[in-house]
Amino acid sequence: MAQVRLTRAIEFSSSLSYRAPDLDEAESRRLFGAAANLHGHNYRLEVTLRGEPDPVTGMVLDLKELKGILEREINQRFDHRDLNRDTPFFEKTPPTPESFVQVIHQLLLAALPKGMLERTRLRQSQDLWVDVIEPESEA
Amino acid sequence: MIELTRRYEFPAAHVLRHPSFSDEENRRVYGKCANPNGHGHDYGVEVTVTGPVAAKTGRIVDPELLDALFESEVRARFGHRMLNECEPFRERVPTAENIAVTIHECLAVPLSANTTARLVRVRVIETAKNSFAYGAPE
Repeated sequence: MAQVRLTRAIEFSSSLSYRAPDLDEAESRRLFGAAANLHGHNYRLEVTLRGEPDPVTGMVLDLKELKGILEREINQRFDHRDLNRDTPFFEKTPPTPESFVQVIHQLLLAALPKGMLERTRLRQSQDLWVDVIEPESEA
Repeated sequence: MIELTRRYEFPAAHVLRHPSFSDEENRRVYGKCANPNGHGHDYGVEVTVTGPVAAKTGRIVDPELLDALFESEVRARFGHRMLNECEPFRERVPTAENIAVTIHECLAVPLSANTTARLVRVRVIETAKNSFAYGAPE
C-alpha cells in the first residue's frame, strides 16, 4: 500500500523576548536588536504525517485524534502564553523559531504514533518559517 | 534535519528570446513571453538554508545578515531591472528556471563565506500559478 502524507495546520499566538540567562542586556540587544524586547507573533504550525491509510477506515490517523493532540500538546502550552515565562523550554536558549520548532517537534514525536511525524513547519510570519524533517525510519 | 526559509520579493522585467533563434522560432518556443519589448513580474524568492543551530543564539543564521546578503547579491543586481541587460542573462535566457539557478549561484558562496549556514534550495515564484525550485529536493 502506498504511503500518504497528510498536513494539518493550527494557528496560535504567543509573546516572547530573545533572552537567555547567560546573555546580559547589552549582549541580547547586540545580538537580537528589537527582538530582545517583549513582543509577539501569530504562529502557524503545519504538521505533516506519513503512513499507509488503514485498510478499513482509509485514514492515516483520525483527524479528530490529531486535532486533540495538537490542542493538548501545543495550544494549551503555548497559545496566549509567554514563551519565556509560562513555559519551561526557553530557560537556556532564546525562543527563536529554530529553537521553538525543535521543542514542538519533540513534543509531537512523543505524542504521535511512532514513525508517523515527517515534518514540523513553524511559520513565524509569511516571510519566515523553519522546518524540522524526520528522516524516514529503516523499519 | 532543520531548514530555515525566508521569503523575499523583487520586481523585474524580462523577455524570453534565444539569440540564435529567428523571430518566428522565438515566438514558437516562448509564445507571448517573446514579445520584443518585454514584460515583468513581482518575483517571489524563497531562500532555504540549513546548518547548526548555535547554542548561544538559538539560530542557524542571523536573519538580518541573510537579508543583507539577499539585498547585495540579488535585489541590487536584479530588482527593478531588465534582466536581459544584466549578467548572466545576456547569454542565459531569463526563464524562471534560469533565474532560480542564478540566484542559487549568487547566494551559495557568500552565505558559506560569512556564516555557518549553507544554501539548501532557492524557489522562484514567478506568478501565483508557477514556481521553480533549484537545489536539494524537498
